[in-house]
Amino acid sequence: MTDSTNDIIVTRSLWFRFSDGTRRFFDGDVFYSFKRSPVIMVAFFVTVTYFLLAFLAPWVAPHNTYDVITLNLMDAFKPPAWEAGGDPSYPLGTDDQGRDVLSTIMFGARVSLTVGFLSVLLAMVMGIVLGMVAGYVGGKTDAIIMRIADVQLSFPAILIVLLIDGFTRSVLPRGAHEDLALVVLVLSIGFANWVQFARTVRGSCLVEKNKEYVQAARVIGLHPALIMLRHVLPNVMSPVLVIATISLAIAILTEATLSFLGVGVPPTQPSLGTLIRIGNDFLFSGEWWMTIFPGAALVILVLAVNLLGDWLRDALNPKLR
Amino acid sequence: MFAFIIRRLLQSLIVMMAVAFISFSLFNFVGDPVNNMLGQEATEEQREALRQDLGLNDPFPVQFAAFLGNAVQGDFGVSYRLSRPVSDVLATRLPATLELVFVAAVLALVIGLPLGVYTGLHRHGFGSKVLLTLSLIGISLPTFLIGIVLILIFAVWLGWLPSFGRGDTVQIGWWTTNFLTVSGWKSIIMPAVTLCLFQLTLIMRLVRAEMMEVLRTDYIKFARARGLSNRAVHFGHALKNTMVPVITITGLQIGSLIAFAIITETVFQWPGMGLLFLQAIQFADIPVMAAYLCLVAFIFVVINLMVDLLYYAVDPRLRVERSGGGH
Repeated sequence: MTDSTNDIIVTRSLWFRFSDGTRRFFDGDVFYSFKRSPVIMVAFFVTVTYFLLAFLAPWVAPHNTYDVITLNLMDAFKPPAWEAGGDPSYPLGTDDQGRDVLSTIMFGARVSLTVGFLSVLLAMVMGIVLGMVAGYVGGKTDAIIMRIADVQLSFPAILIVLLIDGFTRSVLPRGAHEDLALVVLVLSIGFANWVQFARTVRGSCLVEKNKEYVQAARVIGLHPALIMLRHVLPNVMSPVLVIATISLAIAILTEATLSFLGVGVPPTQPSLGTLIRIGNDFLFSGEWWMTIFPGAALVILVLAVNLLGDWLRDALNPKLR
Repeated sequence: MFAFIIRRLLQSLIVMMAVAFISFSLFNFVGDPVNNMLGQEATEEQREALRQDLGLNDPFPVQFAAFLGNAVQGDFGVSYRLSRPVSDVLATRLPATLELVFVAAVLALVIGLPLGVYTGLHRHGFGSKVLLTLSLIGISLPTFLIGIVLILIFAVWLGWLPSFGRGDTVQIGWWTTNFLTVSGWKSIIMPAVTLCLFQLTLIMRLVRAEMMEVLRTDYIKFARARGLSNRAVHFGHALKNTMVPVITITGLQIGSLIAFAIITETVFQWPGMGLLFLQAIQFADIPVMAAYLCLVAFIFVVINLMVDLLYYAVDPRLRVERSGGGH
């Protein structure tokens, strides 16, 4: 057999696998329960819209809030368009520097989603690796990893994140901390949330590792790392997916909280939390739109993701079918 | 039983040692304490003298032992930012935080418990569905936003409640209390409500789940078969059996209330430990950070230990499983 025919066969079998997968998905229980629940469809739609608006913000936002030249202090403190004194080109009003609130929300959501997404990814990778090693290897390794997890779990995540942030703030020189703020944020939120993943993966791993297919793989003489990655991992993914969704909501909230407290993202890259913090300073002088709109944007996003997570948990749980 | 207590005590000790070690490394590896205390202008002799004085020339284990000894006596040095002994600063801030946490915990229990029982009993009722949806929204609301909205409504628009601070407090010994003045009570309402909302939803959902679980058991069916009234079955038999996990979780949550007080205290400028800690982070005030960390860890460990022991004493099933070997 020549190489090219081999290629064709491989490609075709991949295609069959893919189309088979998609067909199974659309015929499957998950999609069925998705179609049946209007609330979930709305939540899904809202989440996708947020992602689209956030990542296309430089092109779809009415104003570029990073472009200092277009800002005009004369436009500051404009109320929303429907209120007296509102300007139709600033639908949700402007902030203290004359930035369009709607645009700052879009750019802010971009920062919030990026930090949330990356930190969940980090927590997930860390949790999966440690959880699988603990579950698969067992013994002393397992005991040590899970002890650390237990101890960390008895402290609230927000405290751990604040500590890591405070620590790096004291270690790094002031300017460097500004530049690295986003990285520090992702690392600290990710590190604070790995335990949930590790516990779940370890639990499923303990169940899976005694099943025949793993034993068969072991008998063939595959490397343990390969068994874990290729055989065990795909079978423990569905609870991980559920936790990842709920963790995304938590991570976004944590980032917003930190930014609100003034220890999160630098003011040059405002996230939704930073916007609320800025607006909070003007609450007493009556500029409520600077706080309420970013706040509402944050709550709707987190609520939608939470709803998706709740639904996914029920849909992927075979016991409830 | 005895072995269990010893094991838990040892575990708590290890956790405290780990936390103390982190605090200690904060002191030693972050910045130069000599520079922090003398400034850049000091001569080399002065530095060396202070170094000797602080014991910085001693080997590492000796230094750590000295730190532990001081920490046990409550001596964490002097705050960089406030130039006052950290233990004094913490002692003036502690009552504010503990009173806030206490009121929030009571509110969460008093409101969350009945709501949980109601939603557990009337699972498909309209009221339950509304409450459950509200609780999901409650979980999605960040603490600080609840605080801001409350301030906007009750302080800015209606002007009923003060938006920051503790109001007038009464001094009893070294403890300052909010509970003896009208303005103290008025000031604590909004922070306590803000702090309790998340715990409230948690307790409500927990009680609901536990009630639904218990109502399915045989002894409830048996109680009904005996012809007991609904009231007796629900409150005498079902609710009583849900209490163990509820008490456990509530106890454990007191720890996270203290942690979340950081946010609430910042929003309402409540002069407690949380606000102090946050300012310490922003100013890299390491003695305060280290002391707060040790104190909070100590509170956590004590609560965890107490809850574990209580659980063990209250629930006989646990003892049987433990003695049977395995987890």
